[in-house]
Amino acid sequence: MEPSISIKNLALSFGALEVLKDLNLEVAQGEFLVLLGSSGCGKSTLLNCIAGLLDVTDGQIFIGGRNVTWQEPSKRGIGMVFQSYALYPQMTVAGNLSFGLKNARLPKAEIEERVNRAAKILQIEPLLKRKPAALSGGQRQRAAIGRALVRDANVFLFDEPLSNLDAKLRADLRVEIKQLHQKLSNTMIYVTHDQIEAMTLADRIAIMRGGLILQLGSPNEIYNKPVNKYVAEFIGSPSMNFFDGQIDDSSSKFSTGAQVFPLEGYGFKEGTSPKGPAWLGIRPEHMVNGAEAEAAPIRMQGKVELVEPLGSDTLARVSAEGHSLWVRLDGQVSISDGDAITIGFDPARANIFDKTTENRL
Amino acid sequence: MATSDRPFQPFRNLNAKIASIPMILTALVIFIGCTIWTIYYSFTKSKLLPKSNFVGFDQYERLWSTRRWLVSIENLVIYGSLSLIFSLIIGFLLAALLDQKIRFEDTFRTILLYPFALSFIVTGLVWQWILNPDFGVQSVVQGLGWESFSFNPLYDADIVIYGVLIAGLWQGTGLVMCLMLAGLRGIDEDIWKAARVDGIPMWKTYLYIVIPMMRPVFITTIVIITSGIVRVYDLVVAQTGGGPGIASEVPAKYVYDYMFQSQNLGQGFAASSMMLVTVAVIVIPWAYLEFGGKRRG
Amino acid sequence: MADTDVLPNNTSTGLETSGPRGPRPRPMLSRRNIILYGTLIVIAVYYLLPLYVMIVTSLKGMPEIRLGNIFAPPVEVTFQPWVKAWAEACTGLNCDGLSRGFWNSVRITVPSVIISIAIASVNGYALANWRFKGSEIFFTILIFGSFIPYQVMIYPIVIVLRELGVYGSLTGLVIVHTIFGMPILTLLFRNYFVSVPEELFKAARVDGAGFWGIYLRIMLPMSLPIFVVAIILQITGIWNDFLFGVVYTKPDTYPMTVQLNNIVNSVQGVKEYNVNMAATIITGLVPLIVYFLSGKLFVRGIAAGAVKG
Repeated sequence: MEPSISIKNLALSFGALEVLKDLNLEVAQGEFLVLLGSSGCGKSTLLNCIAGLLDVTDGQIFIGGRNVTWQEPSKRGIGMVFQSYALYPQMTVAGNLSFGLKNARLPKAEIEERVNRAAKILQIEPLLKRKPAALSGGQRQRAAIGRALVRDANVFLFDEPLSNLDAKLRADLRVEIKQLHQKLSNTMIYVTHDQIEAMTLADRIAIMRGGLILQLGSPNEIYNKPVNKYVAEFIGSPSMNFFDGQIDDSSSKFSTGAQVFPLEGYGFKEGTSPKGPAWLGIRPEHMVNGAEAEAAPIRMQGKVELVEPLGSDTLARVSAEGHSLWVRLDGQVSISDGDAITIGFDPARANIFDKTTENRL
Repeated sequence: MATSDRPFQPFRNLNAKIASIPMILTALVIFIGCTIWTIYYSFTKSKLLPKSNFVGFDQYERLWSTRRWLVSIENLVIYGSLSLIFSLIIGFLLAALLDQKIRFEDTFRTILLYPFALSFIVTGLVWQWILNPDFGVQSVVQGLGWESFSFNPLYDADIVIYGVLIAGLWQGTGLVMCLMLAGLRGIDEDIWKAARVDGIPMWKTYLYIVIPMMRPVFITTIVIITSGIVRVYDLVVAQTGGGPGIASEVPAKYVYDYMFQSQNLGQGFAASSMMLVTVAVIVIPWAYLEFGGKRRG
Repeated sequence: MADTDVLPNNTSTGLETSGPRGPRPRPMLSRRNIILYGTLIVIAVYYLLPLYVMIVTSLKGMPEIRLGNIFAPPVEVTFQPWVKAWAEACTGLNCDGLSRGFWNSVRITVPSVIISIAIASVNGYALANWRFKGSEIFFTILIFGSFIPYQVMIYPIVIVLRELGVYGSLTGLVIVHTIFGMPILTLLFRNYFVSVPEELFKAARVDGAGFWGIYLRIMLPMSLPIFVVAIILQITGIWNDFLFGVVYTKPDTYPMTVQLNNIVNSVQGVKEYNVNMAATIITGLVPLIVYFLSGKLFVRGIAAGAVKG
């Protein structure tokens, strides 16, 4: 099937500053793609290029099989939702929703029908006669989504739409956006710096850094098989623990300090048997303790330095064999600072990165 | 926090009170005291010296039956309304032009604003020279072949106030442009993006979205322009001296001339009190809108 | 760093790759640009024209002015009008040119700027950090007072100055400038000091600094930019003043603007337009230099002064 959005060799620079570099991306019809990265990585820039709000320096953009590289934003068949909502303050919600349609000279009946349909989907019917100033943050964002909805666009672009909301509202609206996507099944591209939003919403996540896409894959892939150390550290909280060490010549052992970890069960890239300096990473939630640790292929004795009880689970900072490691434990476990603890993990859950290229091995 | 050695109330914060003495004196003696004094003496028959011989509203009656004052008011109305309308329109258009992400924005802004740094006297004298019928624009255009061309605002009583208006706009529009530009820059970038995605043409975005959003900027600008207009004095003195005849007289000049040249203080006081009324009519509703709902000041 | 495994460079979707590519074509000479820059240049020329006319006129001799048009550049450049405007032009009985007014203006502007800023900055500081009962009321009166036309207050101030024995002297005029500069400057400083984090002020109090200590050692060093803005605002404002100069000084102490007006608009003698224009430029020179040197700070000053009126 033809991709909904296709980006070829896209580049953008402001003077000498390269913001996007030779970027290629395809988004399938109906897919929910999240662009994730820290600020300045180029994710919003990419979205603005897709929307046509920024002129590209090189490359092409196709939406629905049409080359829209030189097209005006309004002609691209997109709807867009902004972080600051960007509602026209002196118009009512209904006015905001219909302004673009009126301008496109759609028949009055059709405008009304579209506005009512969008209002119904978003449950903002009672708010249609109000002005943005009289709305709460969540209602404003719904109205802003409504403005994108009435355009009957095949592609929806979201530019950090939930960043201005408080935590509770953000979680609620996240669910609503997901439901909206299930209901409408149009293509959505969603920019965020929040990894929880990314993991929960996305069919695929594109992790960006320095104007490049580092990894493009399902949330699962990104979480379990990060392509490099940056992605591994970026996803997950607290961050992955890393051991600095060496892979032996047979690719079967990893030595760090005085310790040697067996690597049986770790899936190196097919057909490769790396050796030499490397990082071994293991997520805090993949570490185990107590009896489970005794049974794990890799074990360490350590001492609890710090405990952070979170209710659902407990985070512990453990110093073991000269390493300082985060371990996620069950919420009910009772430990305190200074306790001795046995921790362990299975190499199958680990990630190993080349020391110099930092790519996954 | 011992309550026993809590200082005597009037001495608390004493340094701040001492430091505020100039402000308090200015507020009470000058702004309130002198204003009341002038209003008080506007009801007297003071001539060379202020005297407390009351004549009721005589000075005001005489004022409103003096041709020169009526001409002054008429000029103020013409000059004021045109100056207000044109500086808002021109100032906004200039700001919108400069807001188009143009190159050399700073250069253009510097050029448009420099007249504002000049004295009204300088502005008046330059435009007096440029509009000079024998050497200025009129003679230059005639020299180019249009022998019948006539543009002589400084010596034509019917249009002299428009000559002053040209100079006033030249000096003042830069300020309006700057205020408007600051207002435009305060508009959320995302609004422009949303309008582009909605396919709204630029002029419509300005007209229906941006200008309504800039309402506070417009109101502030209008207050600034109008209270400046009421005071217009130096420009007229330098450019036309009120002439030809009394054709370009303005209230501020009327006040000065009656107070300091004709030794008719009562008239001067009455005229200046009328100016105060004019300003109050503008400022009080504005202040009420701006602060009334929340709190004073 | 991009992994080509997950990012196939060459897709087989059969999209037309020969279509539009790269930046939207925007020739430098697009219709939009021609209209935009054309308009801007015409406007810029209009705004610069008076300055140009002033300069060329001041460099011509009188015979050339009588023959030519005011926009023509001088055929024969002469600095005589400048010399005459500065040192010889007559106002009434004095014939020592604008130099007298220039020095008067300097003697008025320098102390006025210093005193008005010193008083207003301390005032603004007290209003921002040391509010006392009634301070806001006086401040409100001050701000609304700035809208009162000067004409309402000028005569009673004459009486006040006469009582103080400074009417007609430079001191009197300095006092008047300090008074009328106070609303805008106090507002400027108050708003600036309010924006300084309150914790800083509290920390200094905990450390035992008092009213003047905090002002001199903490607030003053932090607020140099706003002082520069205030200085720019006051220099141009006071230098350009005409009304107060003409009301509160005598011919001997007239500031430059008053003297300029008297030179140019004097009815006796033959009009020497070149000398007039030279005098006009000289008078405008100080604020113009301040303006061109200060650039964006000037804009900040007038934006802050926007509440003036």
